[in-house]
Amino acid sequence: MRKAIVSRLIKLAVKDPGVFLLTGDLGFSYLEAFAEKFPRRFFNIGVAEQNMIGVAAGLALSGKKVFVYSIATFVSMRAFEQIKIDLCYQNLNVKIIGAGAGLSYGNYGATHYALEDVAIMRVLPNMKIFCPANSIEADWVVRTAYQQSGPAYIRSAKGYDDAVYSKPPKLKFGKGLIVKPGKDVALLVSGALLGNALKARKILKTQSISTRIISFPTVKPLDKQLILKTARQTKVIFTLEETSIVGGFGSAVAEILAEAGLATKFKRLALPDFYPEKLGSQAYLRDQLGLSPEKISQTVLKTL
Amino acid sequence: MAHKLTIHAKNIRQAVLHMVYEAQASHVGGCFSCVEILTALYFEILKIKPEKPDWPERDRFILSKGHAAATLYAILAEAGFFPKQRLREYGLNGSLFSGHPVLNKIPGVEVSTGSLGHGLAIGAGLALAAKHNKKPYRTFVLLSDGECDEGAVWETALFGAHHQLDNLVAIIDYNKIQAFGRTNEVLNLEPLKKKWQAFGWSVKEIDGHNLTQVVKNLSSVPWQKKQPSLLIAHTIKGKGVSFIEDSLFWHYHSPDKNELEKGLKEINQT
Repeated sequence: MRKAIVSRLIKLAVKDPGVFLLTGDLGFSYLEAFAEKFPRRFFNIGVAEQNMIGVAAGLALSGKKVFVYSIATFVSMRAFEQIKIDLCYQNLNVKIIGAGAGLSYGNYGATHYALEDVAIMRVLPNMKIFCPANSIEADWVVRTAYQQSGPAYIRSAKGYDDAVYSKPPKLKFGKGLIVKPGKDVALLVSGALLGNALKARKILKTQSISTRIISFPTVKPLDKQLILKTARQTKVIFTLEETSIVGGFGSAVAEILAEAGLATKFKRLALPDFYPEKLGSQAYLRDQLGLSPEKISQTVLKTL
Repeated sequence: MAHKLTIHAKNIRQAVLHMVYEAQASHVGGCFSCVEILTALYFEILKIKPEKPDWPERDRFILSKGHAAATLYAILAEAGFFPKQRLREYGLNGSLFSGHPVLNKIPGVEVSTGSLGHGLAIGAGLALAAKHNKKPYRTFVLLSDGECDEGAVWETALFGAHHQLDNLVAIIDYNKIQAFGRTNEVLNLEPLKKKWQAFGWSVKEIDGHNLTQVVKNLSSVPWQKKQPSLLIAHTIKGKGVSFIEDSLFWHYHSPDKNELEKGLKEINQT
């Protein structure tokens, strides 16, 4: 996914001399391609996220279109007030790329997990939030974030993608994308768990359950219309994300359903509200915390 | 020059005292300590066009100590960015003249500030863009002394020197009192000059109320090629009104009618 992001950034920078890329000393073996091509528009700011966001704001005030890169948890939380005031309050054209969504850095421990980032970004006025599921969505997200003025948060996964799309999907800003049809239940997914959702769908099919899968690469603004339509057409709505269960994508969907007065059966699948004690790979932790294809399908069956 | 600037400084202090009295606002002490610095900047140093606040070639000024917004508003009005009668809107319900300045609301305000430790990094970004675009404009940032407690300031101190931003000028309004007491008691900054020098900045120390000194030093930036400049301006909190001077109480207190009249009279007599 990161490769797709950097390759899109390079394409944008070729066309637009105002595109800058800053990093908080991270992105080794990914960002060099940009740095080599555009040495005057690439800055390694050092391990100093607050300064990085401030400098990005100053560049944006000077008309630049700035992308900043770091590990998701560091850039979203270490510089949160700079993001609030410098970027959101002033509504400046700075796009934050947070790499390592959720449990991407499984073995590194919870210092490196990004669990809270979506929730805290959601609360910021002017902020747009993108959680691409794979490289194809990530490429679209970078392009789309670039086209939208103002600040944005792009939550990038790490590692290899599951092959999801057989042909290029028709993605639209602020819209969900129906990836697979289904009439019994709907799995609304934001981010890289889309692959697991599709595998869970196959398991559920063996139990004669028809699962609609919808991907939401844009979390803010959220596709309210599609969510309500889906709630009317299926029996249970599930949300799925590799984020804390508190305040993220699932919470946003819950707000929409509750305020619409729909008594839809609804369940959020997300990371529980604690820091995992045992370490392990991302796949191991996903399974332990109920987000593997098997566990997802089990939860769906239990809830039905 | 000095006489003309003294009159501007006097007008600004009187305007500020009126504003904080009418709004019953706080921070008059920190507003008064930076009057000469802002007067020198806006009337002698900054290349600006008050009738064209967005002029791309202008020098930038960031009031990183956003709590001195009243002084900034008063000076912008004095310099002609907007009519002086608009200062009456300060602190009113529904007004755009808030206690901390906001971008795109008031002509001449470059950056939204209020939380300390943000302005210098944004200034560094502006300076970096100017270098990238090969533009001659400079960026001036005014910090408070208490603001230097913030770690973010020192992140930018490293950054500014590393990138040789000699078009960036930081000024510290060193009035020695922060929100809960004297700076050397709360969190000692000394030796402040040596710290900034060690970070790679070119540093000068002056009397921040001596207009001639302020103008002279700010006229000759950068003092060292390829180094950002830091001016430590020794000031007195509440400078200009005897009973407001050097007092923590006046970080928060607003003048009553009697104090307003006494204060205006004192400012007039100096």
